[in-house]
Amino acid sequence: MTSASIPIDAYREVAPPGVVDFLLRLAERVRGRRFVHVNSTRVGGGVAEILNRLVPMLTELGVDTTWEVIEGDADFFTVTKAFHNALQGAEVPLADAQLEHYLHISRKNAVRLALAGDLVLIHDPQPAALVEARPREGRWVWRCHIDLSTPHRRVWAFLRRFISWYDAAVFSLPAFAHPLSIPQFLVYPSIDPLSDKNRPLEAREVETILATLAVPADKPMLLQVSRFDRFKDPVGVINAYRMVKRYYDVRLVLAGGGAADDPEGALVLAEVRAAASGDPDIHVLDLPADAHLQINALQRAATIVLQKSTREGFGLTVAEAMWKGKPVIGGATGGIMVQVQPGVTGYTVRSVEGAAFRLRQLLGDPGLMRAMGEAGREHVRQNFLITRHLRDYLSLLVHLTQ
Amino acid sequence: MSPAPFAFVGCIELREILGRRARDERELMEALEQVPAESIYYHTDSVFLRRASGATVYANDFANWVGAQIGDHVLAERLGMVDPFQFGTLEDLREELVSIVAEHIADLSPVPRVVFGEPFFFVRSHLVEVPTGLEVRTLAEFRRAAAEVDMSAIYLHALDARVRRGIPGGHFAQWIGRELGLVGLADRLSRVNPYLGGLEDLRRRILELLDAELAARPSTA
Repeated sequence: MTSASIPIDAYREVAPPGVVDFLLRLAERVRGRRFVHVNSTRVGGGVAEILNRLVPMLTELGVDTTWEVIEGDADFFTVTKAFHNALQGAEVPLADAQLEHYLHISRKNAVRLALAGDLVLIHDPQPAALVEARPREGRWVWRCHIDLSTPHRRVWAFLRRFISWYDAAVFSLPAFAHPLSIPQFLVYPSIDPLSDKNRPLEAREVETILATLAVPADKPMLLQVSRFDRFKDPVGVINAYRMVKRYYDVRLVLAGGGAADDPEGALVLAEVRAAASGDPDIHVLDLPADAHLQINALQRAATIVLQKSTREGFGLTVAEAMWKGKPVIGGATGGIMVQVQPGVTGYTVRSVEGAAFRLRQLLGDPGLMRAMGEAGREHVRQNFLITRHLRDYLSLLVHLTQ
Repeated sequence: MSPAPFAFVGCIELREILGRRARDERELMEALEQVPAESIYYHTDSVFLRRASGATVYANDFANWVGAQIGDHVLAERLGMVDPFQFGTLEDLREELVSIVAEHIADLSPVPRVVFGEPFFFVRSHLVEVPTGLEVRTLAEFRRAAAEVDMSAIYLHALDARVRRGIPGGHFAQWIGRELGLVGLADRLSRVNPYLGGLEDLRRRILELLDAELAARPSTA
């Protein structure tokens, strides 16, 4: 069964009791309404990953849902990539001709795409200017998945005039929002518990995958899964591990990706390898983007999962680890603070020393680790599964189109 | 005359970001005075809708923020003691919160503020009600439905009804007292308070009271 073909009924096994029936009832209120999603790619990236699941689920619930994808040339996507970086604070110069080209391609897409709907959800900046051509009927909402808290002003000024033509915007955290004249709603991201990255694995599968990654399962494993990025502080994780290693014989796995097509990532990966060199108990794994089963197996094999970021978007690896019953030590930033309940599902920390202290505390108390793992799984079950995401989008549909 | 049925209704909360934030305790107090009542509701009452278990440091967002982000544990404890279900209206609750912060900062200079932490972001709640299709007429049917219904229905009938509808004991106690005539059980249900637990705990305690009543009065089934 492919991920896209998993029926909603399958989620009865994993979602909180009554949630699937509740979704069916909720969907009755918006049955037949047309819900259009627009983004910039059908494969790759978190938005496409979630739409690949949400669109069939909405359709199964009786909501007339379609998913349109904009098309553009290399120059267009160079501009949209620059938007993406600039909206997250990077200094990115853009010439007037580039902005004109962006609008030209956007207008061609507006003619080509079927954009009539009761609710049209435009994901991220790439298709944002389609709103120029919005029909008179239907509500249009801009769904921003990125951190907009400190945007580059000139680029934001260009995009903001389009955003103001929407009926509402949706952000993943209150801190990501920005002063706007339209209502702004909050929808947290989610994980799919039945996807390859999160579905249950047999112990034998985990062992096999660990063997292929050359990671022995002979001692407690500390794990951080994240891109090789300075904001994820992988060297800080190694330093915390070294402080702990004096007291506990543990193994550290740093698993990530993104170094292949990112010069900055390659640099950080080299730094991490240099910091880890000479220690056979540190494993630095540069994994491909589709290594979902490997990540799943590592998270299941881990004793404690870290996400020691100093700056973070939402950080869904935290929810992934908690779903697998692991205590999480995370940096006190961004979405990590929404996911980790300090003292209940793990700890939030602000320093290498803080991470080391909490690691020692947990390693010395297996009962606490177990209790935190259980609490974390329940916290994710209630708040960060795809069924909750579906519920939020349906509530948006009810609220804006009633 | 047969009793009127009880129809279980669930809810979802759509969260609106107000764009207002506080970085110190004075800004928190000023915002508490000015934000819409639905924002006070979001950060105090409907915390319980988002939290199945009782496992957070304090029972409202204001206390948790003051404790975790500012590090002012005295004010956090004072705010944490506020039980939102003890107030007749949201405006009464707002007044209590403002008074606590105002009295706390009256003699403090400078006012405690966030140094390394995150500001407080005000969010407002929009509740969308959704009929669950579960409709019951007897205590036994009620017990079965209460055990299986979506947790949001427990929240809406047992807690939200007290705060936004002004029904002191909530819908469950009201229906059981008025329609089934079980005044004692209604009274016991109205005294179940979720302040230190979560919705799961609340449901468990409601079911225990129903089970005890059913065991003592099998004829009511």
